[in-house]
Amino acid sequence: MAKTKKKMPGLNTTSTADISFMLLIFFLVTTSMDTDMGLARRLPKPPEPDQEDATMDIKSRNILFVRINAAGQLWIKDEMNSGFGDIKELRQRAKDFIKNEQNLSKWPEKHVKNIDLLGQCFVTDKHVISVQTDRGTPYNMYFQVQNELVAAYNEIRNELAKQKFGREFQYLTKEEKDAVKKYYPQNISEAEPKKYGGEQ
Amino acid sequence: MAFKKKEKRGMPEMNTSSLPDLIFTILFFFMMVTTMREVTLKVKFTIPQGTELEKLEKKSVVSFIYVGPPTDNLRAQMGSSTRIQLNDRYAEAREVMDFIAAERKGMTNQAEQIISIKADQQTQMGYITDIKEVLRKSWALRINYSASRRN
Repeated sequence: MAKTKKKMPGLNTTSTADISFMLLIFFLVTTSMDTDMGLARRLPKPPEPDQEDATMDIKSRNILFVRINAAGQLWIKDEMNSGFGDIKELRQRAKDFIKNEQNLSKWPEKHVKNIDLLGQCFVTDKHVISVQTDRGTPYNMYFQVQNELVAAYNEIRNELAKQKFGREFQYLTKEEKDAVKKYYPQNISEAEPKKYGGEQ
Repeated sequence: MAFKKKEKRGMPEMNTSSLPDLIFTILFFFMMVTTMREVTLKVKFTIPQGTELEKLEKKSVVSFIYVGPPTDNLRAQMGSSTRIQLNDRYAEAREVMDFIAAERKGMTNQAEQIISIKADQQTQMGYITDIKEVLRKSWALRINYSASRRN
């Protein structure tokens, strides 16, 4: 005599949620969501094998030297003045140097350049900021110098962006950004530049 | 009466059968957006603090180089002078070239490769300069000095 078919009892799945919660917590603990941040830089291309001297010829008025010695002290030198400097004044020095607003003969030479969107500009794009370190220089000091120099560029680019486009640099379109970058190109060199023509 | 008072019903139980699915979705989300800590650190470092930092967006193109003194438990064997760590072991600066090549193999867009240097604040620049020189030779030109934000 066949019994009446019993209903299959449902599997109790109440604890599945707890199990998956535990998995979730395990993953939360073992993985890291920390967003890595850092100062982005671009290294120069490697020297060509047949190229004997990789150094560039740069007029001395176009160079701002920043030397960091093993004790972490700064030596800032351009045609205008030279001497030990503090990290706090580096940003302003770099800004004044790059802009050369009064077109002084001891700061980078200016020449007319045609830039899209900005038209005829009087730019100092031949300037170079040369950072030199010693093998014993503390990394932190080098990093702070790089940070200040990038900050100097960011600030003057921001000023230009506000003046020309009425917005901060980060809100510009790609074309506008390129124009501003052409106006103030970032020339931070870590190679030893060879200079010639002390007075212009 | 047409409207007979119904007998009182108990509170219906909520159907929780989709709860595990929900949690699994969250789990998968976290598995996607986070990265496993793939290396065990053998060097100790405090990264410098800066203000002009950029985020490392694409994790898949980033390779890390760690520079610093050995961790406390390894100090007895390894001493306390600065070491370079690539993947799970100590290495010399010249080995960076092989490391870069190996890292590149797994990448689809090799031109976008970024090398993040996580170095201790007290590191002497000699080590960093050596690494940078090798990086230049291996055409890994986009680098990133890892740092935390200063307020």
